[in-house]
Amino acid sequence: MGKNDVWQGTLALMILKTLESMGELHGYGIARRIEQTSGDRLIVQYGTLYPALLRLEQEGYIVSEWGVSNNNRRARFYKLTRAGRRQVEKETERWEKAAEILARFVSPGEESL
Amino acid sequence: MRKLRAWLLRLWSFSSHDLQDQEFAEEIESHLQMHIEDNLRAGMDPKQARREALLKLGGVESTTQAYRDESTLPFIETLSQDLRYTIRQLRKNPGFAVTAILVLTLGIGATVAIFSFVDAALIKPLPYRDPSRLAVIFTSIPLGPRFHLSFPDYYDFKKQNKVFSSFEVYDSNGFGLSTPVGTEQAPGARVSAGFFRTLGVAPILGRDFVDGEDKPSAPRTVLLSYAAWQKRYGGRAEVLGQTVTLDDHPNTIVGVLPRDFHFAPAEPAEFWTAEHDESPCRGCHWLFGLARLRDGVTIQMAAADMSSLARQLEIQYPDSNHGDGSTVVGLTEVIVGDIRPILLVLLWGAGLLLLIAIVNVASLLLVRTESRKREIAVRGALGASRRRLLRQFVTEGLVLAAGASLTGLAAASAAMHLLIGLIPADALAGMPYLHGPGQGFGLSPQVLEFTLAISLLSGVIFSLTPVVSISREEMRAGLTEGSRAASGTVWRRLGANLVAVELATAVVLLVGAGLLCKSFYRLLQVDPGLEPDHLATLVLSVPRADYSKDPQMIALEQRILPGLRALPGVTSAALTNKLPVGDGDFTTSFVIVGRPRRDEHNEVPYRLVSTDYFKTLQARLLEGRYFTAAEDETKPHVAIINRALARQYFPGEDPVGMRINYEDAPPESAMQVIGMIDDIREGPLDTTARAAIYVPFDQHPMPYFSIVARTSVEPQALLPALTATIHQIDPGIAAYGAATMDQRIHDSPPAYLHRASASLVAGFAGLALLLSVVGLYGVIAYSVSQRTREIGVRMALGAQRGSVYRLILWQAARLITVGIVVGLAGSMAAASLMRNLLFGTQAWDAFTLAAVGVVLGLSAFVATYIPARRAASVNPLNALRAE
Repeated sequence: MGKNDVWQGTLALMILKTLESMGELHGYGIARRIEQTSGDRLIVQYGTLYPALLRLEQEGYIVSEWGVSNNNRRARFYKLTRAGRRQVEKETERWEKAAEILARFVSPGEESL
Repeated sequence: MRKLRAWLLRLWSFSSHDLQDQEFAEEIESHLQMHIEDNLRAGMDPKQARREALLKLGGVESTTQAYRDESTLPFIETLSQDLRYTIRQLRKNPGFAVTAILVLTLGIGATVAIFSFVDAALIKPLPYRDPSRLAVIFTSIPLGPRFHLSFPDYYDFKKQNKVFSSFEVYDSNGFGLSTPVGTEQAPGARVSAGFFRTLGVAPILGRDFVDGEDKPSAPRTVLLSYAAWQKRYGGRAEVLGQTVTLDDHPNTIVGVLPRDFHFAPAEPAEFWTAEHDESPCRGCHWLFGLARLRDGVTIQMAAADMSSLARQLEIQYPDSNHGDGSTVVGLTEVIVGDIRPILLVLLWGAGLLLLIAIVNVASLLLVRTESRKREIAVRGALGASRRRLLRQFVTEGLVLAAGASLTGLAAASAAMHLLIGLIPADALAGMPYLHGPGQGFGLSPQVLEFTLAISLLSGVIFSLTPVVSISREEMRAGLTEGSRAASGTVWRRLGANLVAVELATAVVLLVGAGLLCKSFYRLLQVDPGLEPDHLATLVLSVPRADYSKDPQMIALEQRILPGLRALPGVTSAALTNKLPVGDGDFTTSFVIVGRPRRDEHNEVPYRLVSTDYFKTLQARLLEGRYFTAAEDETKPHVAIINRALARQYFPGEDPVGMRINYEDAPPESAMQVIGMIDDIREGPLDTTARAAIYVPFDQHPMPYFSIVARTSVEPQALLPALTATIHQIDPGIAAYGAATMDQRIHDSPPAYLHRASASLVAGFAGLALLLSVVGLYGVIAYSVSQRTREIGVRMALGAQRGSVYRLILWQAARLITVGIVVGLAGSMAAASLMRNLLFGTQAWDAFTLAAVGVVLGLSAFVATYIPARRAASVNPLNALRAE
């Protein structure tokens, strides 16, 4: 199984989920974390991350702040807002529902005829 | 919600652009550094570490671009680039920018100003319910179609008609208002009880008249206009129930009319009382009818029904109603019918001026596009798409149009105040739709929409002009050297035709202005039959109660006239019941004694004048004699007639010595004609002089007094003294309308209408002439500059200066001829459209047409001669080197 590009529309949820579990994190950290979480099965073109972060910030789900990283480097840190937390819940639920429905098609279980 | 927030943030971040770019550069830098450090830790060498990090990021530039697109709106981004570039271009060439905006400001300002008047007078609906269903009813008599009704006629019409859902009357005579300092003339009207309900207007305070409130016995009540309520009562609500004394009767104030209410036929009016007079006299006409059409009834149907009713009355009452018909006119037509043709002519004039302005700027743009071909080609070669280049032109066109619209609006609002000043105050008072509260001209939404529309239209024209003049090939070919000659042809073809259009339009405007000026001149040349300079006039309103009997009126005359004569500077003074150069109303019907009565109604203006009246006016006696001071009621009755009456009723006879009498009057009231004067204009100057009868005041006194005084000093200076003298004699007499006879003539409706339209159209025409001649100059000068090389070659090959002149002048002559010929043809058509506005002038007035041709031809020649001279003085060597 080869490595996959991030599917359209899922990057935002991955970012939000990452921030939910990690708290404050900078852009590079988020990118690395997403790759790690996917078990290195996803390639994140790091550049595409930033417009996505900007959009989430414009929509008010995250806020950013300049701070200092572990290695004493100046970096911009992102964290979830309250609206962001709600959005994670909503999106997760939506995604689970979609995945469940798809699953019924892809691998028909015992309850299907 | 979230989407909107994001969009607004993006719009907002547009302004804090540079800061964001900088922050993002830092963020990317820190991202790269962290990645490189990780890579180093993973054991890469520094060079490879950096390469890997960059690769993983996907390139700094493209990431930044993606980020920027996300952070703002790309469309606005380019727009702002275009705008900045446009403004830089305009600033680089301020001459072009200033000229274009100035020219457009003139055009837009004039058009918008005139449109605001058109909007106020013709477009805005009148402040009534369903105004198109309202009609005014007049009596038509042989003198004309719009005369008053009598009360009994009104009563019969109201009862018997089958076409109106309601039928009311009004009478626009003012009141003598008693104030602590004496009686003053207060504008007002009397209306029947259902008048306001018929209009569909309800008072904002208090109540409307109720049915029966207009009976003679009903208690007297009055409604105030909003303006009077504010002015005289400070807008207080306690005004209801107060009394106000009008014509010596106490009236109770019962209501206040809405702020935007006006009724032009009776304006200006501050007090609206119920009409209590139910005079049974069928021959006494003083009312106008106002009616609302029943559903499904047209004005024509109503007119037919009223005519048949009038005919029945004529048969039933042959004595009083002989020759009386009925006229039904839509209320809107009554209110704006006079002013409509003038406003439309002015709007056309302003529109043509705007056309010239737009054409002028369009040709300036063409020239500029020509000179920018190379720049366009360079931008194209550097990768600008055609769409992007065209977008640049569109932006420039819209910026020009938008800028000019703003300055044009400012110019228009200044012009509106100038224009309203052109209308005499008295006339303006009768046009409440132009100035009343909540009314009037100004930058109303409609006017702003109109401005937006012409601004868009000119914007589109300015965007398209350069776009069509640049073909796809040229955008690429502009870089090559030989392109200059080829590109000239497009411009020459289009630009030259545009100039011919401008010249033709200017001709139309000049001819229009010429005809209107000539009409105005003709109007002022009309002989009023009197010497207007050094005449002061004043109108009096006397309390009926004190002066109802003949001896009282004669006694008043005998106190007024000596009082006036005693004033220093007054050489003679006289009375009449109605001043000359008025509306020609106040008429009587007469018969010639001893002749079989013909089947017609001889109704003519009728003037009761004091002995010195004709001497004071310096009228011209053609035959017989004037009245003497001794001719009072004890002497045989006498009359003086005018030339028009003699010509109409005594053709080929000597009228002096003939006897005339009032229609249906006893034989003893017959008068002997003792003199004939040249026609004094009793009616408006633009109508023909009508037959008129003059009788001695002392033999037939009536309580209508107007004063004329011949002065040895400037009459204007004496007007206050006249009023003061009257008030000394009786403070209960209201004196108003003080004016010199020259002012009366100049401010009479036909004169000011002609004056206003002539001066405005002349102004437009002057500007049009200037703009089109400058436009022509531009075309020729540009063509000369493009052909410098060609001219140099010709001269190097032996062409004489004379032939160079001919070359240039010939090119111009063709344009000028086409422009003038097309323009003259167009102006004949335009002039026949405005025939109604012309007085004593034919639409195809040869002198005007010829004069306009010569003026335009000469100015155009001068505009061509200057560049032609420059062309002829070209030094062939320099011209050839110029390439």
